[in-house]
Amino acid sequence: MEYNFTQEQLDKVEHILVEDLINVGVHCVILIDMAGNIIARCDDGHCKHDVYSLAALGAGNFGAVNAMAQIVGEDEFSLLFHKGENESMHFSKVNGNFLLINIFGKDVSLGFLRLKVAEVINKLRGA
Amino acid sequence: MAFINLKTKELQVKVVYYGPGRGGKTTNLEFINSKFRERIKSEMVSIKTHGDRTLFFDFLPFDIGKIKGYDIRIQLYTVPGQVKYNATRRLVLNGVDGIVFVADSMMVRREKNILSLKSLQENLATHNKDIFKMPLVLQYNKRDLQEQNIPLLSENMLENDLNSRLKVPSFSASALSGENVIPTMKRIISATVKSLQHGLK
Repeated sequence: MEYNFTQEQLDKVEHILVEDLINVGVHCVILIDMAGNIIARCDDGHCKHDVYSLAALGAGNFGAVNAMAQIVGEDEFSLLFHKGENESMHFSKVNGNFLLINIFGKDVSLGFLRLKVAEVINKLRGA
Repeated sequence: MAFINLKTKELQVKVVYYGPGRGGKTTNLEFINSKFRERIKSEMVSIKTHGDRTLFFDFLPFDIGKIKGYDIRIQLYTVPGQVKYNATRRLVLNGVDGIVFVADSMMVRREKNILSLKSLQENLATHNKDIFKMPLVLQYNKRDLQEQNIPLLSENMLENDLNSRLKVPSFSASALSGENVIPTMKRIISATVKSLQHGLK
């Protein structure tokens, strides 16, 4: 798992995350690799979550769910959603190396978020 | 593989504590967490079974300051030691930069240490990593049990069993009392950061 991002690419990634996700009401978005490292993080300025622990757990969780997928004959489950009373989380695979995690509240609908995430993933792949 | 963020000037380093079940990996992290509590901003994450055994991993992140202008963020992980959790161990080893192998000094655990080290080598190979090229430190834990007359493997025996080919730094330690826990951690951090330095511009 070797990859490189130039500063220009990281700027572009952050721009996409802010423009398409934070600006539509997502509280916090992090782009991580499958080892649990944070590549980019953006939030609405009020989000105080421990994103490093979230990244480690998110990568582990995704790995575990992938193992479950294989048991039931799927190659992968490409997205995960955890619903909470006030905060919910949406995990989506960008490609084999990266995972996008969104934390959002009740004011963003899951359907809308899924559409935005699909758009963002396309843009990130081109970034 | 460590993540070097050229934009925020941050280096994220992943160090994994590996070893047989009930060997003291989690106890190492708990001691580090209590010792450096005021310097660690977040809580230690532990995913345990009801019986207090590590089910998935423990996670402890902290900053150690700057090198060449980069903020160095160390992320300590443990793996579950029980034999049946090998898939989880392999998962946690993804992207590892440095390893502490925590061996159990008790005579009755001799075989388990050897098998665990072998599984480490095999699991690293699945990530295309060579144990001989990886920053690695051995820790011979539970030396304090000597006082309770529990039969222990001598340090020479442990060296012969585990370190005759690897020839990496090793520490006799007691994770419970904290003896040599911090020197073990400092040694692996310095070896790991040194191995990554070429990436810092």
